[in-house]
Amino acid sequence: MSQVNRLAKGGRIDRSQALSFTFNGQDYQGYAGDSLAAALLANGVDIVGRSFKYSRPRGIVAAGAEEPNAVLQIGSTEAAQIPNVRATQQALYSGLVASSTNGWPSVNTDLMGILGKVGGGMMPPGFYYKTFMYPQNLWMTYEKYIRKAAGLGRSPTEVDPDIYDQLNQHCDVLIVGAGPAGLAAALAAGRSGARVILADEQEEFGGSLLDTRETLDGKPAADWVAQAIAELQKMPEVTLLPRATVNGYHDHNFLTIHQRLTDHLGEIAPMGQARQRMHRVRAKRVVLASGAHERPLVYANNDVPGNMLAGAVSTYVRRYGVAPGQELVLSTNNDYAYRVVLDWLDAGRKVVAVADARSNPRGSWVEEARARGVRILTGSAVVEARGSKRVTGARICAIDAKAHKVTSPGEVLDCDLIVSSGGYSPVVHLASHLGGRPEWREDILGFVPGPGNGIQQRIDAGAVNGVFALGDVLANGFEAGAKAAADTGYKAVSGSLPQAEVRQEEPMLTLFQVPHDKSTARAPKQFVDLQNDVTAAGIELATREGFESVEHVKRYTALGFGTDQGKLGNINGLAIAARSMGISIVQMGTTMFRPNYTPVTFGAVAGRHCGELFDAKRYTAMQAWHLKNGAEFEDVGQWKRPWYFPKNGEDLHAAVARECVAVRSSVGILDASTLGKIDIQGPDAREFLNRVYTNAWTKLDVGKARYGLMCKEDGMVFDDGVTACLADNHFVMTTTTGGAARVLEWLEIYHQTEWPELKVYFTSVTDHWATMTLSGPNSRKLLAKVTDIDLDKDAFPFMSWKEGLVGGVPARVFRISFTGELSYEVNVQADYALGVWEQIIEAGKEFDLTPYGTETMHVLRAEKGFIIVGQDTDASVTPDDLNMGWCVGRTKPFSWIGKRGMNRDDCLREDRKQLVGLKPVDPNQVLPEGAQLVFDPKQSIPMQMVGHVTSSYMSAAMGYSFAMAVVKGGLKRMGERVFAPLADGSLIEAEICSSVFYDPKGDRQNV
Amino acid sequence: MLHIFCPYCGELRSEEEFHAKGQAHIARPLDPDACTDAEWGEYMFFRDNPRGIHHELWVHAAGCRKYFNVTRHTVTYEILETYKVGEKPSVTATGATDKQAVAEGVTA
Repeated sequence: MSQVNRLAKGGRIDRSQALSFTFNGQDYQGYAGDSLAAALLANGVDIVGRSFKYSRPRGIVAAGAEEPNAVLQIGSTEAAQIPNVRATQQALYSGLVASSTNGWPSVNTDLMGILGKVGGGMMPPGFYYKTFMYPQNLWMTYEKYIRKAAGLGRSPTEVDPDIYDQLNQHCDVLIVGAGPAGLAAALAAGRSGARVILADEQEEFGGSLLDTRETLDGKPAADWVAQAIAELQKMPEVTLLPRATVNGYHDHNFLTIHQRLTDHLGEIAPMGQARQRMHRVRAKRVVLASGAHERPLVYANNDVPGNMLAGAVSTYVRRYGVAPGQELVLSTNNDYAYRVVLDWLDAGRKVVAVADARSNPRGSWVEEARARGVRILTGSAVVEARGSKRVTGARICAIDAKAHKVTSPGEVLDCDLIVSSGGYSPVVHLASHLGGRPEWREDILGFVPGPGNGIQQRIDAGAVNGVFALGDVLANGFEAGAKAAADTGYKAVSGSLPQAEVRQEEPMLTLFQVPHDKSTARAPKQFVDLQNDVTAAGIELATREGFESVEHVKRYTALGFGTDQGKLGNINGLAIAARSMGISIVQMGTTMFRPNYTPVTFGAVAGRHCGELFDAKRYTAMQAWHLKNGAEFEDVGQWKRPWYFPKNGEDLHAAVARECVAVRSSVGILDASTLGKIDIQGPDAREFLNRVYTNAWTKLDVGKARYGLMCKEDGMVFDDGVTACLADNHFVMTTTTGGAARVLEWLEIYHQTEWPELKVYFTSVTDHWATMTLSGPNSRKLLAKVTDIDLDKDAFPFMSWKEGLVGGVPARVFRISFTGELSYEVNVQADYALGVWEQIIEAGKEFDLTPYGTETMHVLRAEKGFIIVGQDTDASVTPDDLNMGWCVGRTKPFSWIGKRGMNRDDCLREDRKQLVGLKPVDPNQVLPEGAQLVFDPKQSIPMQMVGHVTSSYMSAAMGYSFAMAVVKGGLKRMGERVFAPLADGSLIEAEICSSVFYDPKGDRQNV
Repeated sequence: MLHIFCPYCGELRSEEEFHAKGQAHIARPLDPDACTDAEWGEYMFFRDNPRGIHHELWVHAAGCRKYFNVTRHTVTYEILETYKVGEKPSVTATGATDKQAVAEGVTA
C-alpha cells in the first residue's frame, strides 16, 4: 500500500529519504522526520490496537504524549523488545518493527471484540474486583489471562544489548518544554548568563510553533524557532536537551530527565553510544512551560477509528504532511480549534461541517472559515459517531449544554473523520508530583498548577499557566525566564520578542460530555478514558454506587490509570462525576499525578548499575593468588572471600574435611583481611572502650590483646572482636567483616552525641592492613622461618602482639586464635601482602601448609564453641544467653552500653533461649542450620518450638556431627534430648551438651 | 532526593551522602542504672512521629562523618535548618516562626 494519506507537499519531513518499516507484519514506507504515528496514518492504517476491556478497534487520536491508543511493542529481535511505546513519540527509522500489543488473532478481526460486544454490558466498573476476588487463591490464574487480554506489552526475555547513562547535573534554571514559552524563557535566562537546561520531549524544539498557522513577525513561526535555537546554541552555559522528557519533580527541586539519545536512529544504539540517559538535575529554579493538552469532547462512539483531536490533525497536516482522511467534521466549544478547518482546507480536503456548541461564535478564525464557505452549525455538537472500524458519518444535533439535553433530532452527515475540541488542559503533572493541588480556573475550564509553597521553586509560564494567546505566551515565558535568572542571582536582560498576530477570540462554552437523546447508561458508549476503557456511564455508575471521592472514582473505574496517567480523560471524568453528583468541579477536586509523567525504561533507571557494576566488589590483596589456586568464593557483604580451595575435583565437604585436618594436624593459612579494623587513638581511648564493650579494658597492658563483646542499649549482642593495646592511648579494634561500617558509625554516634568530652578519634584501617592467619601446631615453626620476632612461648604468649619483620616487611603479629590451635595473625600493609603471603606459602611447603577458606574457619571455630555474631546470635541474644557472662564487666564504674538493658527482668529469665551444643544421636546425621527444635516430637501440630539450630557441621577432627543451637533454658538441660522435626517428615534426635566440643581446656592454643 | 546542608562542611549536598539516624535530642540518661524499666524503655524505644516539624539526627556518612541535627517538615520534606550537635533548634513546632511553615505544609 502506498502512502494514500500523504500530502503532495508541506510538512517538516524529508521526502528524499524514504524509510521502510513494518507494522503487524506488513511492510510500509514513511519519510525521515515522520513519527511512527504519522507514518501509520500516511499509510491509511486505521486500527492500531484493541481496547483494554471491550476489545474495540482503536486508532490514533493524538499527536503527542497524550496518545492513549497507539501504545505499541517495538523491536525486531527478542533482545530489542520495547513495550509501551507511544507511536506518536517514536521517530521513524529505517527497519522499525512495530506491532499491536493486543488483538487476537489480529487487530482487524478480533475475537475478543465479539465478546466485548456481547459481554460489554456484563463488564461494568469494578468488574474485576467483583468477579475475580473469590476464591482468592485463583486470582493468580485469572491474572495471567487478564494480562494477556489487556495489552500491556511484554518485556524482552533476552539481555538488553544497550548501555544507559546517568548524569548528575546542577543548574540555575531548568526549563521544562521548548515551545514558545520555554524558548522565550530560555532566551531570557540564557542571556543573563545563568546556567540553563532546556529539555523537551519531542524530536525537535518548538512545540506548537512547529505546526501553527500563526506567524511571528509576519514569517512562519518555525523560522523564529530556528533563530532562537541558533542563539541558544551559542551560549556556553545553556544545555539543550531534545528528546528529553522531564518525568519526575522530586524533593528539593531535584528533577529526573529521561533523554532518548539514539531511539530515533534504531532499536539498538550505534556501537559505543549510550541509548538513553537519565539526567538527575538539581535546579535552583524550574520554569514549567509544559503547555496544554487538547481535551476531546465525550460523545457516543467517540472511540471508533477516525475520531481524533482537532489539534492533532493540524499537527499531522502541517508538520508531517499527512491528512488522515478525506471529509472532516469538527465538533468544538472554542475558537482555537477552528485552525484545523483552515489547515484541512489548505490541504485540499473537504470540510463537511463544523458543529459549534456556542450560539453565535464570531472569532477571527471562525469568520475566516465562514468566508471560505464552511458550513457552521451553531448551538450544536456531534452527539454520535457512525461506523465500526472507521468513521462513516457524524450525527449532529442541536444541544442545550447547560441543561445537558439534545434539542433537535439532528442530521447524519457522511464523513470519515470527526475531530473534536473541548478546550485545553494545562499539563500540570510535574507541579503535582510533590503533592501540590492543582487549582480550577473557570475562565479557561482547566486546572492550573497550585503554588509551589516553597516546596517547588517553580515559575509557570505559557499554556500551563493558563496563558494561551501566542503573543502573551512569549511574553509570559520571557518574564518567567528573566525572573528565574534574577532569583538565582543574575542580572535580568531585556530583549525584544517577535510580534504575533492579534486574533479576535471569543470565550469557550462549558462542555465536557455531549448530551445524547438517550440517557448516558442507554446511549452508545461515550468514552472518557480510551486507554482504560472508562465510559461516562461507568463513571455515573461509580458515583451511584457510592464512590464519591475523586480518588475512589478513579480506583473503581481505572480512570487515569496506567501509562496514560489521565492525560486526555481526567478532566472530562471529573466533570462527569461532578455533574452526576450535582456538585462543581472545584468541590469534586482532582486526583493527584505521580511520577513518572511518561513511562521510563528500566535501563535508564538502572544506568550503569547492572551486570558487573550492579554492586561494588571488594577483594583482598591476595585475590590474584586465590584465583590462581582455584578458590571457590563466598560473598560476605561486598567482600569476595575464599570459601574453600578444592583440590582434584573435591566437593565442598571433601575439601573442608581435608582443610580441617590440615589445620588441626599441621598448619593452615587463612586470608582474614576482611575483618573490620578500626584505629582508635586519644587519651580517653581506654575509657571509651570501657563504655562500648561489655568487658573491662582498664588493665589491658600495652602489647596485649583482648576479646570484647559489644551490645546495643537493649543488652543484645551486636558485634565482637579482638582489640589490641598498641600504646596507652592507641588501640586497634577488629570487628566482624560485615559489621565494620556499622561499628564505626556506632562508635562515632556515641562519641559525637553523648560523650564529646572524651578525647578519642576513630579511623577505619580495614583496607590498609591485610591479615593472614597461620593456624595449627606447626604455625610457630613456620612463622619462625620468615620473621625476626622472638616466638618463644613466654616471650610471645597467647593474647599478646608483637611488631617485627615478616617476609622482610614491617608487620604486627597478633597471637590470638579463632580455631583453638596455636595461631598467629600476621598484619602487613596491604600493598606488600601478596608478596608476604607467597613467601609464607613457599616456606610452608615442608609443613604441607594448607590454605583454607571461610567454611573450614566456621567448622573449626564451632568445634571450639566460638560464636559468629549474626549466625549464632540475632538481635535477641544477651551475653548471658551465650553463656558468655565471663565477658561482662558487671562492676565497671561507668554504666556501659547494654548494661541497663540486660538487667531488665525479661533478660534475667532462666527460660530464655540459650546457646548450647547439640550432638545428634546418629553421629552421621548433620542437623540442617535453622531447623526448629521441640522437646516432645509426639505432640500434635502446631508443635511448641523451643529453639533452633544456629550452626551445624560434620567434624573431621572428632569424627561425628555436631551443632550449636539456642534452646529454651538450654544451659540447665545438659544431657537432655531435643528433636528437630524436618519438613520432609523425618526427625533428628540430639543431645544437649556444652557448646565447646574440642579441647575444652584450651591447651592447644596455649602452647 | 533531599538536599542537605552539612553544618560542618558548610555545603549543600545530596541525600545519598547522608544516613538518617532517627529522632534528635534523645539524651542517654546520665545514670542508666537508676532508671526504672519504664523509663529505660521510654529512652530506648519511644519516638515521636509528628505531622509537621521534626528534629532529626543525620550523619554525613560519605562526607565528613559528622553527626548533626536537621529540622525537617514531615509533610513537605522541607528542611528548615540544620545545626550542630549540642546546639538548640531555632525552629520548633511550638515556636511562632514555623506556624507559617506548618500551614503551608498542610496544602501538600
